[in-house]
Amino acid sequence: MIGPIFLVEAAVNGVLLGGVLALLALGLNLIFGVVDIIWIAYVDLVMLGMYAVYFLVTAAGWPVWLAGLGGIGLVALLGVLVHLLIIAPILDTAPLNQLLATGGLLFFLQSLATFLWTTDHRSLRLALPVLEVGGLFVSLARLIAFAVALVALLGLYLFLTRTYMGTAMRAVAQDREAMTLMGASPARVYLVTSAIGGAMAGLASPLLLIQYSVHPHFGAQFGPLTFMICVLGGLGDMIGAFVASFIMSEIISLGGVLLSTEMGYVIAFAVFIVLIFARPGGILIRRE
Amino acid sequence: MLSLDAVRAGYGEFTALWDVSLRVEAGEAVAVVGPNGAGKTTLMRVVSGLVPPRAGTVTFEGELLNGRPAHEVVARGVAHVPEGRRIFPGLSVSDNLKMGAFLPRARAAHAESLGRVYGLFPVLAERRRQRAGTLSGGEQQMLAIGRALMSRPRLVLLDEPSLGLAPVMVLRLFDLIRRVRAEGYTILVVEQNVRQVLKLVDRAYLLEVGRIRAHGPAQALGEQDFVRRAYLGL
Repeated sequence: MIGPIFLVEAAVNGVLLGGVLALLALGLNLIFGVVDIIWIAYVDLVMLGMYAVYFLVTAAGWPVWLAGLGGIGLVALLGVLVHLLIIAPILDTAPLNQLLATGGLLFFLQSLATFLWTTDHRSLRLALPVLEVGGLFVSLARLIAFAVALVALLGLYLFLTRTYMGTAMRAVAQDREAMTLMGASPARVYLVTSAIGGAMAGLASPLLLIQYSVHPHFGAQFGPLTFMICVLGGLGDMIGAFVASFIMSEIISLGGVLLSTEMGYVIAFAVFIVLIFARPGGILIRRE
Repeated sequence: MLSLDAVRAGYGEFTALWDVSLRVEAGEAVAVVGPNGAGKTTLMRVVSGLVPPRAGTVTFEGELLNGRPAHEVVARGVAHVPEGRRIFPGLSVSDNLKMGAFLPRARAAHAESLGRVYGLFPVLAERRRQRAGTLSGGEQQMLAIGRALMSRPRLVLLDEPSLGLAPVMVLRLFDLIRRVRAEGYTILVVEQNVRQVLKLVDRAYLLEVGRIRAHGPAQALGEQDFVRRAYLGL
């Protein structure tokens, strides 16, 4: 029998995991909502960012926080390049082409990473302490990742609600043609969106690297989960994705403690399938 | 101010406008009337840059607009209030107006423009925090017009402003457009409600199956027999 303290601990860990998942899901969902394209390779950009942070720390000797900033900049730049080189040329073609192109990018990035860095699992081995708070054990790395992710999401919220460009991004998601009549160049809005989506993936890189080791197939661990959260929250629905992140992370975390880590994921995907039948438009939207 | 010369435009195999020529002078209000499918909306979309013309020229204040994308046309002082209003339903009323002022020069004058729009449409000020999608049809049309004025245009294109509105609201809306005009904006309006729009404008063009069939001072056009029979039900 599992004691209640373990369940509380698992619930707390679920919340902490949810923060980083929300960062990934909202980044992917932002790009989908504005540019109307699903970046299948989104978490593979995170993987590249993790390698960048890893080598900046281990080979170049940068402090982790600085390497993290470098990762954000690098992946933001990658986001811009992905948009300019892969997405922009096929923006007006059939959606299937866009899925194939970003799917192709996924295999390209995985193969490239395997070629450059082998399949070794690499970890920063920071040995961050585990804190004991009122009988609960919480890892400091998770706590940091959660807090940073939450601050970043707050920043994203303020950007999307307070600035002209942020509001324009929400407007484009609702009616892209009307927004061009307001004087916004769609190409520019897409580029800013891709940079911000890239920066969010970039920020997720150090936050994940202090908790997990990086390897070329890291994307397979979080990619499907991220995509599932976006669909569950309603594609393009930012609040929905935020809520769905925590639902999924709780299922994984509690399922992991009650059964096993693998069963946690199995249950999460099963819940996803059931909810998609019950709420096809997203958890916050009732079926019409 | 605006002139179209022998403009031809269409979609795919279909030609919606055949050599349309039209002129709007500064300070005027001009209407384009005609039945459904005459090409009125295409005409507006050609002017605002949403549809590139296949032949002919569009000039605004001496500058050629042909082939300029829509976001560059609005920067030159042409605001398009599209058919069906096309407000951003999920944004608040004030965020919709903020988007109208997206252009750098409009941003600088945001507060002043907002005061002017709220002066014209006080109901928008009352509902400024409300989601635009929850407004009534008439209020949404006011918002669409207000949003266009936020870009500080000199020419305002109105595409079917009375579409889908209750008769009482239609009359109110035309009064409001009169007030917009009195503020000094030049107006090009497309309408199916021929009777009302002819009372509003100085001159009008009659567009039928993509061609200008008649044009002249609004009153004179309204007195022509075929216009009376076909469009005014007299």
